[in-house]
Amino acid sequence: MNDGGLLVVLAFVAQTVRISVPYALAAVGGTLSERGGVINIALEGILLLGALGYVLGAYYTGNPWAGLLAAALVGLVTAGVHAIVSVGFKADQITSSLGINLVAYGLTRFVLKSVFGSSSNSARVAGLPEWTLGGLGTLPGVGSLFGNPMVWLAVILVALAHVVLFRTPFGLRLRTVGEHPETAATLGLSVAWLRTWGVLLSGVLAGLGGAWLAADQRSFTDGMSGGRGYIALAAMIVGKWNPFGAALACLLFGFSEALQIRLQGQAIPNEFLQMLPYAVTMIVLAGVIGRARPPAADGIPYDAETK
Amino acid sequence: MKLRAFGPLLAVVGALAVGALFIAAVGKNPLAVYGRMALGVFGNAYGIGQVLFRATPLVFTGLAVALGFRAGLFNIGAEGQLVMGAFACGVVGATFRDLPGVLLLPLTIASGMAAGALWALPPAWLKAKVGAHEVINTIMMNFIALALVQYLGHFAFVPATVHTAEIGAGARIARFEAFLPIFRGSPVNLSLVLAVGVALLVGWVLFRTRFGYELRAVGLSPSAAEYAGIDVPRTWILALCISGAIAGLVGANFVQGYKGYFESGFSSGIGFLGIAVALLARNHPIGVVVASLFFAALGYGGLVINTEVPKELVEILQAIVILFAITLHVVIERWLRRRA
Repeated sequence: MNDGGLLVVLAFVAQTVRISVPYALAAVGGTLSERGGVINIALEGILLLGALGYVLGAYYTGNPWAGLLAAALVGLVTAGVHAIVSVGFKADQITSSLGINLVAYGLTRFVLKSVFGSSSNSARVAGLPEWTLGGLGTLPGVGSLFGNPMVWLAVILVALAHVVLFRTPFGLRLRTVGEHPETAATLGLSVAWLRTWGVLLSGVLAGLGGAWLAADQRSFTDGMSGGRGYIALAAMIVGKWNPFGAALACLLFGFSEALQIRLQGQAIPNEFLQMLPYAVTMIVLAGVIGRARPPAADGIPYDAETK
Repeated sequence: MKLRAFGPLLAVVGALAVGALFIAAVGKNPLAVYGRMALGVFGNAYGIGQVLFRATPLVFTGLAVALGFRAGLFNIGAEGQLVMGAFACGVVGATFRDLPGVLLLPLTIASGMAAGALWALPPAWLKAKVGAHEVINTIMMNFIALALVQYLGHFAFVPATVHTAEIGAGARIARFEAFLPIFRGSPVNLSLVLAVGVALLVGWVLFRTRFGYELRAVGLSPSAAEYAGIDVPRTWILALCISGAIAGLVGANFVQGYKGYFESGFSSGIGFLGIAVALLARNHPIGVVVASLFFAALGYGGLVINTEVPKELVEILQAIVILFAITLHVVIERWLRRRA
């Protein structure tokens, strides 16, 4: 293979990883929430609101890092609503998170019109700076990868999520309330408190994923999450509720999206590549490729009164 | 029992109160805006026609979701099922355009139902056979439906458009304006009568037949139903496929009663709003009709006030109704349990 060919491959790898960033952040967020026993379909809405949060933060301060912070905060607050409804009031988790997605669609458009006077686009805002890292960020092909702060952030957060989940007392407790909340309660742990933390962390992560979308495009457009939250949910399942597994599944789905951009429907119709994440998820759920087992108490509100 | 009925009502009041905060936030008077909304919606026949037209697909998706809930299944896939149903409606109605109406009309309606049922089958089968969660699978099927229709569109759509060819005249469902001049200009059509008919039928099946009894028993407790000798997997598959078939009827309103062809992207969340309708109706078929009218009035009301307040306000309200409804449901149930 000549140098030109290698460069194309490297650029393709870099594109795949970059595309996978918002998926990975949301999928790992979903993993933390569901490991604690709370289904979070609201990832889609949090991505969308996080993207808007980034744009508003960057727009009003002129500082992209403030945008990033705003996105994380918006994610936290949105997930907080889900926690109040589904953990606090013990209402149905699927319906609650679905309702939040619907709020997100309407609310983002409402704010877009009220602040920017447009139903489709925000004003342009600053993107995150590209790092040079002593020449690493300007390497041909992969420079855009190493120079992108969000890529580093995502890698660190995926690894951190793994460590927290499997190597810390908090992680053990979180997994316990997701598997056996009665046991956890007997041990004197607060099921509601731990579950709330799982949900809130998922909100921060998905909010940052939304920030990536807006920072990459330097603006907010209506519906820009484009179903990515649901693909992240799929990646979480395919990754069998493990942070690294979820991140790998995101790379697979990112690869299929990068192929869509690169092939432009030649060789394989784009529509079939679009279906890939969803079809893979159904096949995995059907038990064809190993068994995908959710945490035992996933989706079941814990009500001490009825136990 | 009486107290339970207040839950949905309180949810609506609560959502409107939150909406008032939004209206105030953009510097308008909430009461005045709500007043103009009500006047624009109910003050003239055109507005009422719009509400009836918009309520029709919601009755179908609301019934689809409610029927699923009764069997203990959460059908988030109504969106995909109705897209596939409407697409089939458009293709069949156009392909066999020369058939006489007496054949073409039922054939077109049946094709929509069949496509909707077919789209619900994989999640239903996976739930029954391997216990795979229907929520995830129906969500996945939604996206596969969108991509598939986009792909099939390369062959089925009129070149350079995103819609199919015109369906045959025999497949058209008459508009009210054809015999009720007061609804002139409004797309409300006889699919509404079909929708109410299906609601009554679903109610009859659920509460007056053996199958409906079994379905509800499975919904309350699959394990208890199994001990009672009910074939639980079979009930699940049937319930979800019937649910898909009802969602597939949305094409009757849009394709056969309104546009005369299938158009990509026409739905914009009718399937998801069906979940809100079913929740507010507490899964009762008659309640579904009432809740559909409410959501349709809200939806059209948004357009009426769009010059003052962004119409997206009502999208927020519709979603907040969901959050309030499920929260109040739990609160009321707990309160009743304590008192008992």
